[in-house]
Amino acid sequence: MSTLVDYDDAVDRYDTVIGIEVHVELGTRTKMFDGAEVTFGAEPNTQVTPVSLGLPGALPAVNATAVEYAIRIGLALNCSIAENCRFARKNYFYPDVPKNFQTSQYDEPIAYEGWVDVELDDGSIFRVEIERAHMEEDAGKNTHIGGSDGRIHGAEYSLVDYNRAGIPLVEIVTKPITGAGSRAPEVARAYVQTLRDIFRALGVSEARMERGNVRADVNVSIRPTPESVLGTRTETKNVNSFRSVERAVRYEVSRQAGVLDDGIAIIQETRHWHEDTGTTASGRVKSDAEDYRYFPEPDLVPIAPDRAWIEEIRAGLPEMPAARRRRLQAEWEYADAEMRDVVNAGAVELIETTIAAGASPAAARKWWMGELARTAKQQDVELEALPVTPTQIGQLQKLVDDGAINDKLARQVLEGVLAGEGDPADVVAARGLGVVSDDGPLLDAIDGALAAQPDIAEKIRSGNLGPVGAIIGAVMKATRGQADAGRVRELLLERIGS
Amino acid sequence: MSTLSRDEVARVAGLARIDLTPEELDRLAGELDVIVESVARVSEIATPDVPATSHPLPLTNVFRADVPEAPVDRDLVLASAPASIDGKFAVPQILGEDA
Repeated sequence: MSTLVDYDDAVDRYDTVIGIEVHVELGTRTKMFDGAEVTFGAEPNTQVTPVSLGLPGALPAVNATAVEYAIRIGLALNCSIAENCRFARKNYFYPDVPKNFQTSQYDEPIAYEGWVDVELDDGSIFRVEIERAHMEEDAGKNTHIGGSDGRIHGAEYSLVDYNRAGIPLVEIVTKPITGAGSRAPEVARAYVQTLRDIFRALGVSEARMERGNVRADVNVSIRPTPESVLGTRTETKNVNSFRSVERAVRYEVSRQAGVLDDGIAIIQETRHWHEDTGTTASGRVKSDAEDYRYFPEPDLVPIAPDRAWIEEIRAGLPEMPAARRRRLQAEWEYADAEMRDVVNAGAVELIETTIAAGASPAAARKWWMGELARTAKQQDVELEALPVTPTQIGQLQKLVDDGAINDKLARQVLEGVLAGEGDPADVVAARGLGVVSDDGPLLDAIDGALAAQPDIAEKIRSGNLGPVGAIIGAVMKATRGQADAGRVRELLLERIGS
Repeated sequence: MSTLSRDEVARVAGLARIDLTPEELDRLAGELDVIVESVARVSEIATPDVPATSHPLPLTNVFRADVPEAPVDRDLVLASAPASIDGKFAVPQILGEDA
């Protein structure tokens, strides 16, 4: 096996070309071709009909809402919408595809030839050209049992749940993305992130990465120079987080450079992404398209979206995320770098909802980009996956603003919320974390602190206010952080002045 | 115009997971060839002004409203499974394919 080439060295000597296929599960109530209801986390095989089980004689019927969502996606990605398109059967045998074919679109996708502008970390814009967006259905879910690592090799048997079989998908395929150079991994990640934001803005999917609502297949090839013919590509399947998309491209560039350096040809193949090691491993050799023996689906008639309907959908499209970000940045008065960090952390919606719940823009940013970002990083999860809602952060900040708790206590309250102890008010009550606002106990603590440090007390009395911090600190310690430091200062100065 | 070779029939049979004996391959290569030739004759008759047709019905946009219907009861679903475990279909191990 060839050795990996250091990434910087690899991109010095090779030009990277990527292509990305993104699958998004549409948030319709029912499946693409039958009325089985779709809800996340339902008991296995309870959301199936004869169609999603592929029973003989069962006939599919197209979900009108899924078509509308697909058109919305196409329009948002600046695509042309087909005058006429049809479904096709993609034939292959696998237990999660009960019909032995996936109903997809092949030569006539519903949307084609579009583009989307992707904002990179430094604020620059990279335009990604879209080849097509087509409708299809998801497969069931396999669980492999008996293998050493739960993956497929060495599994003794597999369990299949067909609840997911038939959920509407839209697959969006880019044209080859050239010209990104060493930033190809970043472009790949930012592109998937941009699509995720667009899906949410369009209301066509919850687009939650950790639930597999959005899944990316990443094609990578390298060539000696941007003028060379395209190299042989590999396709890394099911890369399901933004960070992994970036890492997978980076890894493949390093790996392929090593192979080419050894004078070996790249094999066109499917590769599997291993999240734990950050590497890809060889899967099966990519089938020729004809091996799927695509042919027009005889059980479904073509779709010819009415032009007036398309214009109606276009007119109803919401503000796109990039425009919205610019508007919110102005409203929130964040600096460019601050806004970029917020966007990169996936915190725009979280902060917007937190502000709607009553927090100031500055306070909302402080929580999500501070304490919560650290926690998410420690746990290696996305911010939105943390067990706290923006509404709860709004409530927490309100408690601070009202003086019921101070910043230090607020962090303890947050800890409680994250530990599942309920809303902030519940945690304050249960843990007894309210600020001591009664002056009596504070004055007692101040007197105690002054008596314990007579030399400091003397300095302060003689007009040297330098060491007041030491006394305030002692009072905070004595009250286990539950005092309002500002009030302690006021009381201390009054005490000494008297 | 013979177009379908015995090897091609074997390959298609393999893709369709149909196990054919050498005798069956010989016979089917001949029979399928007749079908292919018949279709080829239709192509000769079709002039450029006849559009390609994948669906014989003059219908488009047959849609279903996004409204749930009752699912099949799981006991019934699994009754037709050769084996099931924990409410799921149990199938033989799958090797050398995608996860």
